[in-house]
Amino acid sequence: MSDVVKEPSMLLQKELIARNYDAITSSRETGRKVSSTFVPGNLNELLLCFGIVNNLPEINAIQNGMRKLSGDYIMTAEKSGHSEDVCTYVKADIGMMGKGNIAPNGKPFPNPDVLLLSYTGCYTFMKWFELLREEYKCPTLMLHVPYEGDGQSTKNMRDYIVKQLKEVIIPGLEEVSGVKFDIDRLREALRNSARAEDDLVWVLEQGKRTPSPIDAYFGGVYYIGPIFTAFRGTTDAIDYYTALRAEVQARVDAGQGPLMPDGTTLSEQKYRLVVEGPPNWTHFREFWKMFSDEGAVVVASTYTKVGGMYDLGFRHDPDNPLESLADYCLGCYTNRNLPNRVEILTKYIEEYQADGLLTNSIKSCNSFSAGQLMMMREVEKRTGKPGAFIETDLVDPRYFSAANVKNRLESYFQMIEQKRRGATRAA
Amino acid sequence: MTASTEAIIAHCQALFDDLDFSAARAWKAAEPGRKVVGFLPVYAPLELIHAAGCLPLGIFGGGDRMEVIHGDAFYQSYICRIPRSTVELGLTGRLDFVDGMIFPFVCDVIRNLSGMWKIMFPDVWTKFFDTPQNFDPEVGGAYYAEELQEMREGLERLTGRPVTDAALRTSIALYNENRRLVRAVYDFRAEAPWKAPASEVYLLMRAGLLMPVEEHNEMLAAWLAAASAEDRPRRDNVRIAIYGSFCEQPPLNLIKSIEMAGCYVVEDDYALVNRFLTEDVPADGDPVQALALAYLTHSVETSCKYVPREEDKGRFHIAQIRKARAEGVIYASPSFCDPALLDRPMIAHRLTEAGIPHISFKYAENSGQMQPIREQAGTFADSLKLWS
Ligand code: SF4
Ligand code: SF4
Repeated sequence: MSDVVKEPSMLLQKELIARNYDAITSSRETGRKVSSTFVPGNLNELLLCFGIVNNLPEINAIQNGMRKLSGDYIMTAEKSGHSEDVCTYVKADIGMMGKGNIAPNGKPFPNPDVLLLSYTGCYTFMKWFELLREEYKCPTLMLHVPYEGDGQSTKNMRDYIVKQLKEVIIPGLEEVSGVKFDIDRLREALRNSARAEDDLVWVLEQGKRTPSPIDAYFGGVYYIGPIFTAFRGTTDAIDYYTALRAEVQARVDAGQGPLMPDGTTLSEQKYRLVVEGPPNWTHFREFWKMFSDEGAVVVASTYTKVGGMYDLGFRHDPDNPLESLADYCLGCYTNRNLPNRVEILTKYIEEYQADGLLTNSIKSCNSFSAGQLMMMREVEKRTGKPGAFIETDLVDPRYFSAANVKNRLESYFQMIEQKRRGATRAA
Repeated sequence: MTASTEAIIAHCQALFDDLDFSAARAWKAAEPGRKVVGFLPVYAPLELIHAAGCLPLGIFGGGDRMEVIHGDAFYQSYICRIPRSTVELGLTGRLDFVDGMIFPFVCDVIRNLSGMWKIMFPDVWTKFFDTPQNFDPEVGGAYYAEELQEMREGLERLTGRPVTDAALRTSIALYNENRRLVRAVYDFRAEAPWKAPASEVYLLMRAGLLMPVEEHNEMLAAWLAAASAEDRPRRDNVRIAIYGSFCEQPPLNLIKSIEMAGCYVVEDDYALVNRFLTEDVPADGDPVQALALAYLTHSVETSCKYVPREEDKGRFHIAQIRKARAEGVIYASPSFCDPALLDRPMIAHRLTEAGIPHISFKYAENSGQMQPIREQAGTFADSLKLWS
């Protein structure tokens, strides 16, 4: 397989992520404390205030999926009593532990000093960290973020989160780190976050252009990398998004499409799609190629909103630091109810002038998947655009059937063609 | 004349089998303006619904008697069965008399179903009911009291009548009575399991979710009186506890099969709602506060609740097992049930540490093949006998 061609922003990101892994794996020498925490509803700015390094088990699972290690880890976890039915991120993580807990830089992960259970949008998070706590016996700080069951957040939910931040999370992090909380440090970090968020939104919204200079799903997972992980709130993230923006601007100016892993740009765009659901990581490139070979570009996706829905207007706010952390957690994509998710998808189809909605339904992930069939039908009904449904898994290679996915996609593209022909005839 | 256990259980079975919910329909029709509010597993504050003058109706899936035709078009194959059979109940008009639906927090499947219900049945008052995972009265308690208050206001809008504190206190007292009687049935079964087969106790509890609490209280008292007076043959069965079955329910045949395999079920987590609060809720003072505090301080440990301290994980189960003098545990969970299956290894570790033998298997509410389960339970029962 030839090397993946990378944009400068990708190289910058690679360097950032490598630096974070080095910070994690050298924490015992540097004396820095390490927390494990989740992407949705993460409190990176707060961790920065305490100098705590952020390790994200979901990101490790993704890395292991892309490096084709996760299959073995999952089997290891299943052999030790974990059910074949449950989320494979959890099993990839637990299996990795069973195999020495080696980070992508080849060094062993240290045990976390704290499990920061930011419980946003997914039930599994709670069990995942109960399982890790059993192993590591380290302090676990739970931040319960209520689900927006009725379609919006309420004052009660926000107050509850702020109270937990004040009473549980901040004192807990002070104790773990030995650092006193300084709200001005938090404000500074939030100010940095908002700047990076502005640029990220600008990038994601370029999907509205024709041709689209971005791929908002396969490319999108790179665009969200720094802001969804350990860099939101840092100047590194500001620099990354400035660079990314410039790159995308250059493509806009040149009327070019996004860069594909093989170094070509996808400027001939036959199909514009909105994608719901996370990608498959074990066959990421193969999966992407199935789209690009057909000239399909993803103009908007929901996966790029699991770590925050900035495109709907939310920004971290230095003037209301704790409240804005609460609002951030409440608003992450999987913390929104289904009618809301349907509205968002409908809006994307319309505003990004997409040909339809493709759902990649993930076997592991009830949070995303339960209800997706109905969501697809609702979006079809509201937009008049056809939908398609494929099924894969995140990091379990047993559930990626390339032939099935390819067939599905091909028939979907034919369906779009037919629909277009029908529309032309009718006009 | 007092009713026999047989007559009482036959009545429960008829209610349980009736997927058209005729009894609840009749209750609603008996007086104009009556409202029925459905609730799914695992826990909802039924006192509030009752105090609003509504009938709380337990919607626990379609069991093995309902053919799911539409429901499968709503769910991928790797999602458990209860949401699809619940959707089927809705789409086939079997719930067309239900005015409100409460979807309590148990997992993301039921959570998402609440939103689907809003889209599918826009005229039904649909509420996702979140319970706190922070158990500090000042933090999680304050949040929860307000959530209860919001539910109360939702019910008031539904019925057009206020839910007064006095009515709420009366309901709390009635449900305290229910909890006492339910505990008495469980204690009785633990004492004399041959007189209280698990399948009968199960029906008795499920029936309670389909009728007014006043009626259920009478029924429980009558059953206790009849069961104590009856003589039934005592078998050489082992005593087991069942966990993992708190949401999607196993088919009744599965419960019977476990018994037939030589197990007396002396403890379980079926239809947990009526045992979720483990002590009386104070029926004086502020009733909303009382319900909130009871949840925080006196409720069961189960998979939808976070356990804040590692050393407490599984402690509730072990205490219950010891109290019921169970010799072993069957961890029986629905297929694809993340809550039960993610918890299973942790609970299994605690049981092993405590020297309590355990096995596990999976089921679906429509599982038909009982032979493998009978064999597994039978082998487990034999091994318990051998080592006891
Ligand atoms: S269930 Fe979904 S959201 Fe939750 S941890 Fe697994 S993949 Fe992530
Ligand atoms: S059976 Fe398990 S996974 Fe299914 S809805 Fe109930 S708790 Fe959720």
